[in-house]
Amino acid sequence: MSLQEFEKTFQDKVDQDIRIEPKDWMPDAYRKTLIRQISQHAHSEIVGMLPESNWITRAPTLKRKAILLAKVQDEAGHGLYLYSAAETMGTSRDELIGQLHSGKAKYSSIFNYPTLTWADMGAIGWLVDGAAIMNQVPLCRASYGPYARAMVRICKEESFHQRQGFEILLVLSRGSQAQRRMCQDAIDRWWWPSVMMFGPNDDASPHTAQSMQWKIKRFTNDELRQRFVDVCAEQVKILGMTLPDRDLVWNEEKKHYDFGPIDWEEFREVINGNGPCNKERLAARVKAHEEGAWVREAALAHAEKRK
Amino acid sequence: MSEQQWPLWEIFIRSKQGLDHKHAGSLHAADAQMAIENARDVYTRRMEGISIWVVESRHIHASNPDEASSFFDPANDKVYRHPTFYDLPDELKYM
Repeated sequence: MSLQEFEKTFQDKVDQDIRIEPKDWMPDAYRKTLIRQISQHAHSEIVGMLPESNWITRAPTLKRKAILLAKVQDEAGHGLYLYSAAETMGTSRDELIGQLHSGKAKYSSIFNYPTLTWADMGAIGWLVDGAAIMNQVPLCRASYGPYARAMVRICKEESFHQRQGFEILLVLSRGSQAQRRMCQDAIDRWWWPSVMMFGPNDDASPHTAQSMQWKIKRFTNDELRQRFVDVCAEQVKILGMTLPDRDLVWNEEKKHYDFGPIDWEEFREVINGNGPCNKERLAARVKAHEEGAWVREAALAHAEKRK
Repeated sequence: MSEQQWPLWEIFIRSKQGLDHKHAGSLHAADAQMAIENARDVYTRRMEGISIWVVESRHIHASNPDEASSFFDPANDKVYRHPTFYDLPDELKYM
């Protein structure tokens, strides 16, 4: 078969929603794009453990501590599902981790913001995990089998993350004056970074068309963002709080909420490594990896000895 | 990279008594015992399993997807292997 025939067979399968599996023929660009997309997501799960682990030892009750531990453990698991999915495309775990540590690979910009108060655990669960779910649910139907299967597992587990976050805020919103203030402050700080999680506007997102044709992206950034804003604008009412956007208003004609302009300059700064915590996050990952080297070596030596 | 990677293992999980072990995913571990323990932590955090099998990925041999159509061809034209192939009178009961 010629290259064109291979490509046609491949695209026909994708069009018919037949999943692509690791040993099937696929275009190089598809493989490359997916390795980047899946590993970025894996890195986000792993780096995403850091802002929350900051509060494990200071959770207000034993119940909250147990929940937060379980959530952070889930994120480690999600990272592993995704690294494994990426590895089926012929890359190695070391290579992927190396790219994260060298700064070559990106992860979600949201994790470069600090977690200043306990209410941030609530806002992260509600908004950050909420935005992630919005992004991830359609990917359960992604064209690459191992990726889609990993996303199914992740989405099943992610729902608890969002609900526990909203519950944290709900409790604070019904608490003292100081607790209510803390709740609103967390929402104010996490709202816009969460809105940015969907990535650049569609007209500034050149790869969207190709990714949609390959079905490794099922909705555009702006479609998903709009859906997220619509949902949150209603949910925030239950908290008796507000979203920090004066332009947020229901548009009866469009049947959607209109919202204010996004500060893309801030988005670019954070992506390019100049967010409040970029250096700290990467340093923590590299330190954990380096200080764990002797454990990895010892485990191998032990396995060798027992053979 | 001087550091040696832990081998890759494929994980199979029996979700409940009476069902087959089913492929759940893969992970890295230094040996089989660690693979089983890691599989418990990665794949059964919500009681998804009661039994785990692990096998090093390099021991798995697979059919070639490029040859799938010819490889599975022998079964292609044998509709008479299915019970619905046989046209029998409606009066015939319990069959």
